[in-house]
Amino acid sequence: MIGKRKNFLRLDWVIILVYFLLIGFGIGNILSSSVSGEEINIFDLTTLYGKQILYASFAIFLGFIAISIEVKFYERFSSVFYLISILILISLFFFGKRVNGALSWFPLGNFNLQPSEFVKITVALAVSKFISDFQTDLTKIIDQSKLLLIIVIPILIIISQNDTGSSIVFFSLFFVLYREGISQNYIKSIFGIIIISISTLKFSLLFSSLISILFVTLYYLSKKRVRYKIFKIVSVSILCLITCFGTIFSYENILKNHQRNYIKVWLDLEKDPIKIKKMEKTILYNLNESKKAISSGGLTGKGYLKGTRTMGNFVPAQHSDYIFSTVGEEWGFLGSVFIIILYSLLIIRIIYLSENQKNKFSRVYGYSTASILFIHFFINIGMVLGLTPTIGIPLPFLSYGGSSLIAFTLLLSIFLRLDGNKINEW
Amino acid sequence: MRKILFLLIVLATSFIFIARLYYLQVYASEPYSIYEDNAIGKVYTYPKRGYIYDRNNQLLVSNQPSYDVMIVPGLVNKMDTIEFCNLLKISKDYFINKIERTGKYSKKIPSVFLAHLSKEDYGFLAEKIRKFDGFYIQKRNLRQYNTRIGANVLGYVAEVNRSNIEKDNYYSQGDIIGKQGVELSYEKYLRGEKGIKFIQKDRFNRDIGKFNDGKNDINSIAGNDLTITIDSQLQDYGELLMSNKKGAIVAIEPESGELLALVSAPSYNPNLLVGRERSKNYYELYKDSIYRPLIDKGLLSTFPAGSPFKIIVGLIALNEKIINDKNSIYCDGKYIYGKKKKSMKCHCGGGYRNIYNGISESCNSYFADIYRKTISKENTISENFDNWSTNVKSFGLGNYLNNDLPIGKKGMIPNSDFYDRWYPDFRWGPTTNLSNSIGQGEILVTPIQLANMMAAVANKGFYYTPHIIKKIEGDSIPLRFRIRKDINIEKEYFDVVEVGLAEVMKSGTGKLLNVPGIEICGKSGTAENFTKINGKKTQLTDHSIFVAYAPKKDPKIAIAVFVENGYYGSTWAGRISSLMIEKYIKGFTTLKKTEELVINKNLSEEYIKPYSNKKFTINKL
Repeated sequence: MIGKRKNFLRLDWVIILVYFLLIGFGIGNILSSSVSGEEINIFDLTTLYGKQILYASFAIFLGFIAISIEVKFYERFSSVFYLISILILISLFFFGKRVNGALSWFPLGNFNLQPSEFVKITVALAVSKFISDFQTDLTKIIDQSKLLLIIVIPILIIISQNDTGSSIVFFSLFFVLYREGISQNYIKSIFGIIIISISTLKFSLLFSSLISILFVTLYYLSKKRVRYKIFKIVSVSILCLITCFGTIFSYENILKNHQRNYIKVWLDLEKDPIKIKKMEKTILYNLNESKKAISSGGLTGKGYLKGTRTMGNFVPAQHSDYIFSTVGEEWGFLGSVFIIILYSLLIIRIIYLSENQKNKFSRVYGYSTASILFIHFFINIGMVLGLTPTIGIPLPFLSYGGSSLIAFTLLLSIFLRLDGNKINEW
Repeated sequence: MRKILFLLIVLATSFIFIARLYYLQVYASEPYSIYEDNAIGKVYTYPKRGYIYDRNNQLLVSNQPSYDVMIVPGLVNKMDTIEFCNLLKISKDYFINKIERTGKYSKKIPSVFLAHLSKEDYGFLAEKIRKFDGFYIQKRNLRQYNTRIGANVLGYVAEVNRSNIEKDNYYSQGDIIGKQGVELSYEKYLRGEKGIKFIQKDRFNRDIGKFNDGKNDINSIAGNDLTITIDSQLQDYGELLMSNKKGAIVAIEPESGELLALVSAPSYNPNLLVGRERSKNYYELYKDSIYRPLIDKGLLSTFPAGSPFKIIVGLIALNEKIINDKNSIYCDGKYIYGKKKKSMKCHCGGGYRNIYNGISESCNSYFADIYRKTISKENTISENFDNWSTNVKSFGLGNYLNNDLPIGKKGMIPNSDFYDRWYPDFRWGPTTNLSNSIGQGEILVTPIQLANMMAAVANKGFYYTPHIIKKIEGDSIPLRFRIRKDINIEKEYFDVVEVGLAEVMKSGTGKLLNVPGIEICGKSGTAENFTKINGKKTQLTDHSIFVAYAPKKDPKIAIAVFVENGYYGSTWAGRISSLMIEKYIKGFTTLKKTEELVINKNLSEEYIKPYSNKKFTINKL
């Protein structure tokens, strides 16, 4: 190039600050949940916190690299990344290791790599690329189908590897689609399906069917200027009924036993006291223990490193999926709220910056990042608090795990670059 | 809207989370209690159980350490079972059986594997047990009875059962509680208070250190020592005298109501009910259905009072001014009464009988007569009888004594309601129940009631509730034991009766029972009694009863002796009474021949008679 133009880069300091706060806090809590009276040596790689520090350092290093790479690179190669990641996912069938029933890990010596975490990034990039493409028109069915395909393929592969929890993450991209103009009807339908399914399971089939038909009728009757009212009432009602029956059908025949149990627990469906007692010892155990841990924290918590339930390892998998219970126990209400505010701040900041992007790719990518972060935040903390069903996905930056830490860091770094670059755009 | 929806959802989610956190952590957060936190294990520390001393401060009951081998089945690894069994001196079968049973109970909670190691075994094992994962030794306190006497008084301790825990949630499984005697009555004092140590636990129930450096730990409080009223030497002597006989001796100090001796025969060594052998020994004692050593005869044996009851009949008749000390009747060996001219036999030998020699010769006719006159006064029979009944009961008969012994029997003193129910036409009178006058009929007493009666007579008109506690360390004894219970009979009549009682020993039924240097006032009793054999009411040999107090001036001991099926009162009960009195007052025995006679007397033949399925005779000397 003649006269290399210095590209200015203004990286958003809010995101960077929150990121380091969360990572640091995360390391601190992992330390607490894995230590009980022993000596603390941060360089000890046999400990969880030692490993986490290593992962964090590596992640930050990679993040640096990601930030240094040009924006064009991401745009151009997003489809390539996507394909590679799908292939890697498929190769799990041949080289992968089963952990907790899910075929999601590559064993690499002392460490394990979870490719599904990185697929989140590549799907985000692919979606962004596709939507921002000049020729894509989201009002056309064919483009909608292509988009759906991009999102659904990884979902199906991951489900077939028995990691249904992770697959749910990709549904968060609907927020992106909505923002980018997909028909409102889709959102309403999805929302409706969710409500109807929950109601069918929680109350009865009969009740849900009747209520939904009633609701549909009233809705269309109350609306003016809608054509073919009767037709719409009937057809939508039929769709509702299909949903109801479909829910029951999948619940009883498609869902696996333990998945059914999780739903039973979440919606409080089990009435048989003997079975409830049995569940308390098995799947309810984690939930109860983590609620007890949080509850015992009170207003200000028991103090760092002083959580009795944390020390006794009462919450299984506390360092990964249930890490928030450590926060609750040791830092109390004030600490927990602080963390929630941090996450909200991060996500909202990303949304805000995304809106201010000058090109579509960056904006869609930003929304994707925010959605992915949000769905993890929502499900994980919801699960720990007993508000959402038990779905094992990590809490970004706080949960233990190299793959997740690196993946989220990269997700964020790419956005930082995209955002930082907007100064140069016009 | 499109731009804002996601934002709104994010905000809404955060609010919901914060609200939920508020609910969990601030609103519904129970005040954090380390007792509720199952991450904190609680280990009880047990205090020293109170010691028990006799009235002369001799140590009767103390504690000894006991060691149990405990097992946590979930932590047991591969081990050398043969070496282990040899070390513990158990068979392989026992080992396998125990492993299975404790494993079924719980893998994580410790169970007792082998209880009550001796001190020597403990010393030997303590080091070696470390080799075996999942096993450890737990120290407990067992009782040590430093005496062979008073098993019925002292009682014993054993593990709590479910109803104990339900009634008082101080107890948890494996705790010790008093089950009989003083151990039971004064359990709350003796047990002290458990302490608590808080241990940090992980979710596999393993210890990971002290909670909060032991700052929340609560120290245990030692149990109170007790001093009981028993004189061990006297008690020991009484148990010796009662060898091979069934019955009881109850001795009271009249001026305080303190129980000097409470002998139940046959007795057993209290150390039998301690430690590893306790269950087995208890069962052996329990099985003995002829002698029934676990039944405290002094408190629970109920039988017709016999002639000693005449004392009360006489006192009431005097007090009601039915008779005075000069009235007499002529007894010709029988007493005729009723329209059908029934007769009641009298063995006093016949002659003029007044209150004095009525007592000393134990004349049935005399007392039958004055009893009749007492009930046939001016008012209705029912009124008179009830009045009479009340007066009798004021001696502590016919009801529980409400003392600090955990068991007792009411005995029976009837009132007019009782007879009204038996005779629906209400046609009954003193001649219907004339036997009451001589302590038979419906009159039933226990040995402690008889002793208490004598104490009242010794005090000339009052008694203190007979009790076993003399002193409680750090507290005072219950108030009711210091309240005088008065009897509504003038002191002068007690003086009259006393002369008669003294005469018993000089010329009456007790004239062979004198103790040199001590003036005794006593009364013999020979009580008819019956049992059912194969559904038929059969009479057995009479019970031998003797009641007394001594010395006449300023009495120090009131005593009741009851020898089951011992025949004449003076024969065995009387001898025992004199020997006991001499032992207590002088501290030694001079009546050596009598002593020998008594100790060697064996009544086992009498006791087997009802079970022998053969014909037998009774009342043979």
